Amino acid sequence: MTLINKIDYYNIESLLSEEEKMVRDTVSDFVNSEVIPIIEKYYHDEKFPFHLIPKLGEMGLFGITLPQKYGCAEMNNVAYGLAMQELERGDSGLRSFASVQSALVMYPIYTFGNEEQKNYWLPKLATGEKIGCFGLTEPDYGSNPGGMVTHAEKVDGGYLLNGAKMWITNGTIADVAVVWAKLDGVVHGFLVEKGTKGFEAPEMKGKHSLKASVTSELVFQDVFIPEENLLPNSRGLKSALMCLSQARYGIAWGVVGSMMACYDTALEYAKSRKQFSKPIAAYQITQEKLVYMITEITKAQLLNLQLGRLKDKNQAKFTHISMAKRNNCEKALDIARVAREILGANGILNEYPIMRHMNNLESVKTYEGTHEMHTLIIGEDITGFPAYDN
Amino acid sequence: MKIAVCVSHVPDTASKIYIGSDGKSIDQTGLTYVVNPYDEFAIEEALKTKEKFGGETVAISLGTDANKETLRKALAMGIDNAVLLKDDKYRDSLSVAKALADEIKAQGAELVFFGKQSVDFDNSVVGQLTAELLGYNCVSVVVSFSLDGNKITCEREIEGGKEFIETSLPAVITAQKGLNEPRYASLKGIMAAKKKVIIEKPALQSENFVEVIAMKRPPTKQAGRIIGTDVSAVPELVKILHEEAKVI
Repeated sequence: MTLINKIDYYNIESLLSEEEKMVRDTVSDFVNSEVIPIIEKYYHDEKFPFHLIPKLGEMGLFGITLPQKYGCAEMNNVAYGLAMQELERGDSGLRSFASVQSALVMYPIYTFGNEEQKNYWLPKLATGEKIGCFGLTEPDYGSNPGGMVTHAEKVDGGYLLNGAKMWITNGTIADVAVVWAKLDGVVHGFLVEKGTKGFEAPEMKGKHSLKASVTSELVFQDVFIPEENLLPNSRGLKSALMCLSQARYGIAWGVVGSMMACYDTALEYAKSRKQFSKPIAAYQITQEKLVYMITEITKAQLLNLQLGRLKDKNQAKFTHISMAKRNNCEKALDIARVAREILGANGILNEYPIMRHMNNLESVKTYEGTHEMHTLIIGEDITGFPAYDN
Repeated sequence: MKIAVCVSHVPDTASKIYIGSDGKSIDQTGLTYVVNPYDEFAIEEALKTKEKFGGETVAISLGTDANKETLRKALAMGIDNAVLLKDDKYRDSLSVAKALADEIKAQGAELVFFGKQSVDFDNSVVGQLTAELLGYNCVSVVVSFSLDGNKITCEREIEGGKEFIETSLPAVITAQKGLNEPRYASLKGIMAAKKKVIIEKPALQSENFVEVIAMKRPPTKQAGRIIGTDVSAVPELVKILHEEAKVI
């Protein structure tokens, strides 16, 4: 057992409740024993470790904050964040799976669905018996999803869906897709079930990043969606963006796990690797790098904790979440690169987790709102001027 | 049937241990504590036995308020109740066993699981002593356990092989690695554990027969010596192992 999850320079642990610590430590044990020993191979083979899904479900890691009556743990947002941090300390692909299932599938069904939809889907998604995905981004509409071309048309007993989505985590393996499409010019959420006629979800291959995660296209050709599969309380793009806020929150915490893995690897390496007369950790340039890392980790931890406490009081604004997502992803990537430098040539080997985290973080920095878009979101918030077309 | 499981709160196995200023105790600075790893097998077996035959499970730990963390984890894994026998003084193994036996008797537990040893002081005797004090049967270092009515069948590890044992309730079983795969606490379990009350009682007092007079770190390892790098070094190596190291 490693104490890596105790990278805690400011004793932030003292600000956590007993059950928050217990969640972190339980997920940490799980990641140390079940994820880290196998993940390099799955990453190399471009495979998602499916066998972990029932275990994640059994532990209650899907839909952590949702009510117990739907089979969820009903824990607070800090516990949710800590769980994401530990999963991503294993691999961003694994955290992405949990993020999508929780924030982008269970959350919208819980928030915009009716009672039948919640009772049917949430318990099955909570155990991992059913897998979900979220379709918003399109080939030509990424940062401006409002321009989407996917649309639904009212027909007898339901809707006819046409269009295509891209960069969809879990798409190919999902039993249900939460798909956003325009109906009479207004964006609505639809539940599209696997196997529905006209619906295809081919996997996207050739990724250099998130290789232990399934990424897909979703293609809809005259797909009939029964009336009862419309999410009745979703109205406008805002509903989809609310889901993204949930997911971004999980990412802000998750990438701290990647930071910890890279920092811990670099620190241990620097202490044992000797060049000239002493360990490289004894040289000032290496120390500067390590100090940069632990300082950024500490700042990110504090940002996340306060964000989580605000979220639990319903006081977190989406702009707050943007700041944590933007900062933490950028710093995580910087830390991964600096860690690789400390390891020198060894840093590129899969004997160490650094290059895998670095490659993953290139995606994480871009998905769920690019670094640039989060800059503009916060920029508009503090200046009052939107710097993008409305 | 009531099933008890005795759990110990021990320094994390990844911790670096330093000796305290008194020269006979562990320096607590910066130490984190965990559930004794062998006790996790004991907890899992108690849970599995309850799931199969019904009944009630209780976790018992002897120590200070800090032990509540370990009891909380047992509850989060699914144990029904928890008892903390409070005491902050040094105890030898027999004194620990007496306090545990007293509580097990009070609980009326017929089946008791222990880890085969706790990884802090490694005396590996508390389970057996407790069984003796209670007049229960005892099987130690168990890697397989099954219960059929009153009959217990166990497999235990012995040097270079396995031993198969039959005994009957009431009994104490001490768990070895391999007995089962301890489950992870679930988040729902953690929430449920939060609502449960850990019962606190003063531990039965008794005299110590063993006293720790000093603790020492193992001697620092000497640097290795390279005799040679190919086959030609073998005769010299054998000679040194025989005459200097005296290991062959």
